[in-house]
Amino acid sequence: MIAFIIRRLFASIGVLIAVGLIAFVLFRYIGDPVNQMVGIETPESERVALRQQLGLNDPAPVQALRFLANAARLDFGISYQFKQPVSELIGARMPATLELAFVASIMSLVAGIPMGVYTALHRRSALAKLFEALSLVGISLPTFLIGILLIYLFAVTLGWLPSFGRGDVVHIGSWWTTGLLTKSGLKSIIMPAITLALFQMTLIMRLVRAEMLEVLRADYIRFARARGLSERKVHFRHALKNTLVPVITVVGLQLGSIVAFSIITETVFSWPGMGQLFLQSVQNVDIPIMAAYLLFIAFLFVIINLVVDLLYAAVDPRLRVAIHGA
Amino acid sequence: MTAPLLSVKDLRVEFATRRGPLTALDGVSFDLAPGEILGVVGESGAGKSLTGLAIIGLLDPPGRIAGGEIRLAGERIDNLPPEAMRKIRGRRIGMIFQDPLTSLNPLLRIGDQLVETILTHTSLTQRQARERALALLTEVGIPAPEKRIDGYPHEFSGGMRQRVVIALALCAEPALVIADEPTTALDVSVQAQIIAVLKRLAREHHAAVILITHDMGVIAETADRVAVMYAGRIAEIGRVDEVVRDPLHPYAKGLMAAIPTLEGRAARLAQIPGAMPRLSAIPPGCAFNPRCPNVFDRCRIERPPPLAIGTRRAACWLYDRGEVASPAKEAVS
Ligand SMILES: Nc1ncnc2c1ncn2[C@@H]1O[C@H](COP(=O)(O)OP(=O)(O)O)[C@@H](O)[C@H]1O
Ligand code: SF4
Ligand SMILES: [Mg+2]
Repeated sequence: MIAFIIRRLFASIGVLIAVGLIAFVLFRYIGDPVNQMVGIETPESERVALRQQLGLNDPAPVQALRFLANAARLDFGISYQFKQPVSELIGARMPATLELAFVASIMSLVAGIPMGVYTALHRRSALAKLFEALSLVGISLPTFLIGILLIYLFAVTLGWLPSFGRGDVVHIGSWWTTGLLTKSGLKSIIMPAITLALFQMTLIMRLVRAEMLEVLRADYIRFARARGLSERKVHFRHALKNTLVPVITVVGLQLGSIVAFSIITETVFSWPGMGQLFLQSVQNVDIPIMAAYLLFIAFLFVIINLVVDLLYAAVDPRLRVAIHGA
Repeated sequence: MTAPLLSVKDLRVEFATRRGPLTALDGVSFDLAPGEILGVVGESGAGKSLTGLAIIGLLDPPGRIAGGEIRLAGERIDNLPPEAMRKIRGRRIGMIFQDPLTSLNPLLRIGDQLVETILTHTSLTQRQARERALALLTEVGIPAPEKRIDGYPHEFSGGMRQRVVIALALCAEPALVIADEPTTALDVSVQAQIIAVLKRLAREHHAAVILITHDMGVIAETADRVAVMYAGRIAEIGRVDEVVRDPLHPYAKGLMAAIPTLEGRAARLAQIPGAMPRLSAIPPGCAFNPRCPNVFDRCRIERPPPLAIGTRRAACWLYDRGEVASPAKEAVS
C-alpha cells in the first residue's frame, strides 16, 4: 500500500512538473512581462534594468527551473493588475471557492445518489419519471440560466435569499475564512451551491441509475435472491455497494470540475472566489494569475485522482490485492 | 413412490414481446420424490434454466408463468405473493447457478455472505451462524476454513468458489436444490469433484436435486431419473438406466448415441441434422418433426402428449397405443 502511494506520488509530481512547464511557457512567452508591469512612459533604461532584475535575460531552461522552484514554494510572482503577490491573491479567494464547491458536492451527492437508486429500483413509478424529467432539465439548462432563474425567484420576487456576495465571514486560522458559521453566510451560499450542484447531481443520478440497473442484472444479485435475502438486503447491501465502485471515479473527477465550473456560478452570484479572479485575470491578460490558477487546477485533479484510487482500494478488495501485490 | 416433494404440472412460461407472447416452456410436467436426483438434459435453449427459474420464482420479466401449477410438498407455490415466495427461496428451495466466478458478490467476504444467508433463515445468533458457516465450509471440502472464511471470492479458485456456492445454497437445509449447469464454467479436472460434493451433500442433507447439465455422462453417474428437454417441452422422462440404455424418443436416441460407452468403443457422435427451432418458429405438431428420422404425417399436424410407456413417458407419436417394440429397435443411423 505504502509503495503504491509513493509510486502514485511520483507520477503526480511528474504531471505537476509538466503542467508547470506549460504554465511557464504561458507566463514567459505570451506577451512581454516587462511591458505588462511598467507604464507607457517608463524609460527604456528602467525596462532593461527590470528585465535583468527579473532574470528574463537568462537562458530559457534556467528561467523554467526558477519558475518551477518558485512555484513549488507557492511563489507565482506579482499580479500585473493588482501589484500584489499572486499567492496572496489566490489564497484570499480560495476559501470562498472551495467552500462553495464543497457544499455543492455534498448537495449533489446527497440528492443524486438516492435519486439514482430510487429511479433504478422503481423504474415505472411516477416519482422516478419526474426525477428523470428533472434530470433532463438539469443537464440541458445552462448554469447561468439556472442561477438567474433562482435569483429572480428567491432574491428578487420572494426576497428570501441574497443575490450576491458571500455574506459575513469568520476567520479561521491565519488565512481561511468561512461563511458557514454565520446566518448571512449560510443564506448566501444556498443559491450558488444549488446552481453549481444541479448539473453534477443530474450526472450522478443518471450514472448511479445506469450502474445500479447494470448491477441488478448481475449473477450475484440473482444468487442473493435465490438465497432468499430480503429485497432491502439485495438492493442496499449487495447492489448499492457494487454500484458505487465505478461511480467513485466519475464523482471524484466531477468534484474537480465543480471547482472549474464555479467560474460561471461565481460570476452570476458575484461570489468572491478564484473563478472570478481568474476571469478578471483573463480580461486583463494577468498572466501570473492565469499560470498559478492553471497549476492549482492541475494540483486539484492530481489530488482527486490519488484519493479516488485509495477509495477504490478501500471499497473493492480485488484492487486492494492488486495494489498490495504490485 | 412416496408423495412427491415437487410436482410440476403443465407448466407454461411465456415472454411478452411486442409481437405477442413467445412460449418458452409448454406443457412441462414432472414429479420429484424427496431425496431424488433428477437430471435435466437438452441442447442449449431447450428451456432447462427457465424450468429451474420458474420453480424458484425468479423468472425475469417479461418472462412469466402463464399456465400450469407448481406444488412443493403439496402446496402451490407458483402463485404465492413475492414475500411468501422469498421465504421459500433459500430455505426450502436452493439454487446454484452456472458460473461460480460471478455468483458470489465480489465485495463481500464469503463468511459474511454465508452468515447473512444463515441469519435470514434461522434464529441463530451471529456467533452461532459463523460456527455454522465454518461447519458448512468444512463439509464442502474447503481446507482450513477458519483461515478462508474471511477471504473474498477472488481469493478462491473456480472449484473452491463453486463449493462455497454449494454451501450457500445448502445453508438452510432446503428440501430441493436446483443446480443449473454447476460445473459447465469449471475446469474439466474439478468438474467431477464438484458433482461428487453436490451429490454427497444432497444425500447427507436429504435434499432432492434437479441437476441441469448437458453432460450425459454426469447424468448417467449421478441422477436417479432424467428428463430430456427439447424446444421447451419434455421429450422423454424416466429412470436414468432405462433412458440412457434404451431411449425411446428419437431426439433422446440421438442425444444418447453421443455418449462414449463403457466398452471403450466411443460411439460415433450421432449428428442429428438441423438445429433446434427458435421460440418464434416452433413447427406445428411435434416440435422435433423437421429433424426426426422417424417422422410421419401425424407428427406434422398433431402435437404428441407425454405417453406413458412402462415407468417412463415420451412425447412421441411412435408410442401411441404403446407400440414400443418396433421403432425402439431401429437405431438412429
Ligand atoms: N428474456 C427472454 N426473452 C425472450 N426469450 C428468452 C428470454 N430468456 C430466455 N429466453 C428463451 O427461452 C428459451 C429457453 O432458455 P433457457 O431455459 O435459458 O435454455 P437452456 O436450456 O439453455 O437453459 C431460449 O430459447 C431462450 O432464447
Ligand atoms: S412425434 Fe413424430 S416427429 Fe416427433 S419425435 Fe415422434 S416420430 Fe419424430
Ligand atoms: Mg441454461
